[in-house]
Amino acid sequence: MSNQDIEKQEFNITVYTENQIGLLSRIAIIFSRRKINIESLNTSPSEIDKIHRFNIVITESEEVVRKLVRQIEKQVEVLKAYYHTNEDVIWQELALYKVSTDVIAEKVSVERLLRENGARAVVIRKDYTVFETTGHREETDNLISILQPYGLIEFVRSARVAIIKDSDGFNRKLREFERLEPGEEVIENEYLNQGEKVFTM
Amino acid sequence: MEVAQETLTTPAPTTAVEVSGSVALLEALIVEGVDTIFGYPGGAIMPIYDALFDYNDKLNHILVRHEQGGIHAGQGYARTSGKVGVVFATSGPGATNLVTGLADAQIDSTPVVCITGQVFAHLLGTDAFQETDVINITTPVTKWNYQVTDANEIPEVIAKAFYIAKSGRPGPVLIDITKNAQIQKFNFEGYTQCNHIRSYRPKPIVRTQYIQEAAELINQAKKPFIIWGQGVILGSAEQEFKAFVEKSGIPAAWTVLGAGAIPTEHPLNVGMLGMHGNYGPNVLTNECDVLIAIGMRFDDRVTGRLDKYAKQAKVVHLDIDPAEIDKNVKSTVPVWGDCKETLPMLTKLIDEKKHTEWLNTFNEYTQKEVEAVIHDELNPTTPEMTMGEVIKQLNEITKGEAVIVTDVGQHQMVACRYAKFNKTRSNVTSGGLGTMGFALPAAIGAKFGAQDRAVVAIIGDGGFQMTLQELGTIMQTGIDVKIIILNNRFLGMVRQWQELFNERRYSFVDIQSPDFVRLASAYNIPGKRIDDRAELPAALNEMLSNKGSFLLEVMVTKENNVFPMVPQGCSVAEIRLK
Repeated sequence: MSNQDIEKQEFNITVYTENQIGLLSRIAIIFSRRKINIESLNTSPSEIDKIHRFNIVITESEEVVRKLVRQIEKQVEVLKAYYHTNEDVIWQELALYKVSTDVIAEKVSVERLLRENGARAVVIRKDYTVFETTGHREETDNLISILQPYGLIEFVRSARVAIIKDSDGFNRKLREFERLEPGEEVIENEYLNQGEKVFTM
Repeated sequence: MEVAQETLTTPAPTTAVEVSGSVALLEALIVEGVDTIFGYPGGAIMPIYDALFDYNDKLNHILVRHEQGGIHAGQGYARTSGKVGVVFATSGPGATNLVTGLADAQIDSTPVVCITGQVFAHLLGTDAFQETDVINITTPVTKWNYQVTDANEIPEVIAKAFYIAKSGRPGPVLIDITKNAQIQKFNFEGYTQCNHIRSYRPKPIVRTQYIQEAAELINQAKKPFIIWGQGVILGSAEQEFKAFVEKSGIPAAWTVLGAGAIPTEHPLNVGMLGMHGNYGPNVLTNECDVLIAIGMRFDDRVTGRLDKYAKQAKVVHLDIDPAEIDKNVKSTVPVWGDCKETLPMLTKLIDEKKHTEWLNTFNEYTQKEVEAVIHDELNPTTPEMTMGEVIKQLNEITKGEAVIVTDVGQHQMVACRYAKFNKTRSNVTSGGLGTMGFALPAAIGAKFGAQDRAVVAIIGDGGFQMTLQELGTIMQTGIDVKIIILNNRFLGMVRQWQELFNERRYSFVDIQSPDFVRLASAYNIPGKRIDDRAELPAALNEMLSNKGSFLLEVMVTKENNVFPMVPQGCSVAEIRLK
């Protein structure tokens, strides 16, 4: 194992962006052209109107992540990008598990199962039941291994969402941005009042 | 109260005019100061071309012979004029033919706005005739791109396009406009130039603390060394840069794209950096104690092996693009900002000095290089001509006043090494992408961008054959571009590598050429072919004094190598003189 591999760890990249078509592709390319695998990617509206928040998880060295974040910030519609280790964020993933209701009712003590794994039943139908858990990867993985022997029909896990522990949120940062770099006075073009002269068609 | 009543009773002046998206686009271009467009029409951009028919007096459209030629011309125009190059192309193959030029403009930070036609919005994603996903294809090679599907978007999007292309670190922008948006009529309420986008910070905020720290490092340095790049030219900071160099008395060397920011003959200009740069600047990079990098990005052709690059030096890096700082070379003091602003701040704080002894060290290396390489290259005794002597003769006639546009290969490195530049925006070449076929169309654009200057394209026999169809553009426009083909009957740079590193296994580099002079003649361009040294001065004079374009083919030594050279994977200090 090289030194570089040893230095690698999970990083959570948080990106605040305008809500713009094509931006996901622009950001994804920054990773793919360097052959870096995105392990988890979540995008959603943020607490600020018209500003979206990306949560991206990759395993890399800090030096590489720092450079990636600068490349992300270069994108026109990106307001700010941050990176943090797992220790610096509070993060969760949501998982859904579909199992046969008959099997689970016959062979498992459902009540114990739910209690021990912090799970809850989302849907109970005659033919199947869907459970949900939220937590870190190892926690959601744990329920897979429990349910697998009972014929786990389907499993899905969400991307990671993360809150930065020492962040004041982005509202203040955005106000600071606008204070430091307000738009200059815009100049209307000289043709506005010359319709007939300009529009010769 | 009276004012309010007056407002109520006076009808508001109405300025909105119903126009098509195409007309709005052209009006926007006029307000942006566009005078020249390079382009090629096609089905999906026909409404724009139809509107353009009525704008002949305001917008000069240059019909190129291939879209790649169009964008390289746009790049050449931008590089000499300092303005934004504008290119039109149709959808599908027209748009994809722009990709090489976009990548070239992206890596060389050239402001270009490309407008591509697109199929009707309702056909998007249906594999319609000449439909390609232009936005996704061009995303990695543009600073910004956007697809317009509604004419109402056009004024705002074009304003953003120009602002993004030319502000901060410049770059290419592509706007793809669906055919329905080109045709659609809407109420055009005028055009307002853009100067602010909430999420976009073209210039980082200058941190005075770092200016002070940089000045302290520079003032304490015994062997400081400046390396500068195109950022000085892009920032129009030539005067500020000269003031900094002259007050500090620090020897300064340039990257290929930085050439001409201060004159070649300036006493503190110690030459070119990089793989085929000068001997002294390369070797002494690994001996200086403070390395001041200005508007350059530490390209691998400049640094050679990074783990052996200037390890002894403290590095001050001035750049407008924060992502360039620490990208390749870790800086001791990062100076974020536009060098037009940061250089005067730095100049104010530095001591006036003359590093005479240190500067003489460069001169000693120069002398060594002259003896080993330059003298024979410029004054050969062999029967065949060298590329270097052609450039030397050209210098004597143009006196460093011409715009030199080069293609890619040996001739490019020779021209960059030996051409004299007295003015800024004189060296137009494909530095980052290394695009063969760049020079001929770029020279056409360069001439439109600098119509009062002589434009000389220097091209290899290989690169010329990649875009020679643009001779047709020269013929039709009557533009005055001088073309020198340095013909060594090889793809010379690849052959040089094969000779040095592949045991002379000359794999597919022996290239045959047509009769270039007769070819030019077919396009009504006069020309001459020479292979005798004695004919060279007269032929160059004939070319330069000819009214209009001229093609001069010079037969040069077949197997000449460009030295010095930093072999790939070596440190800059391991530069070879032979």
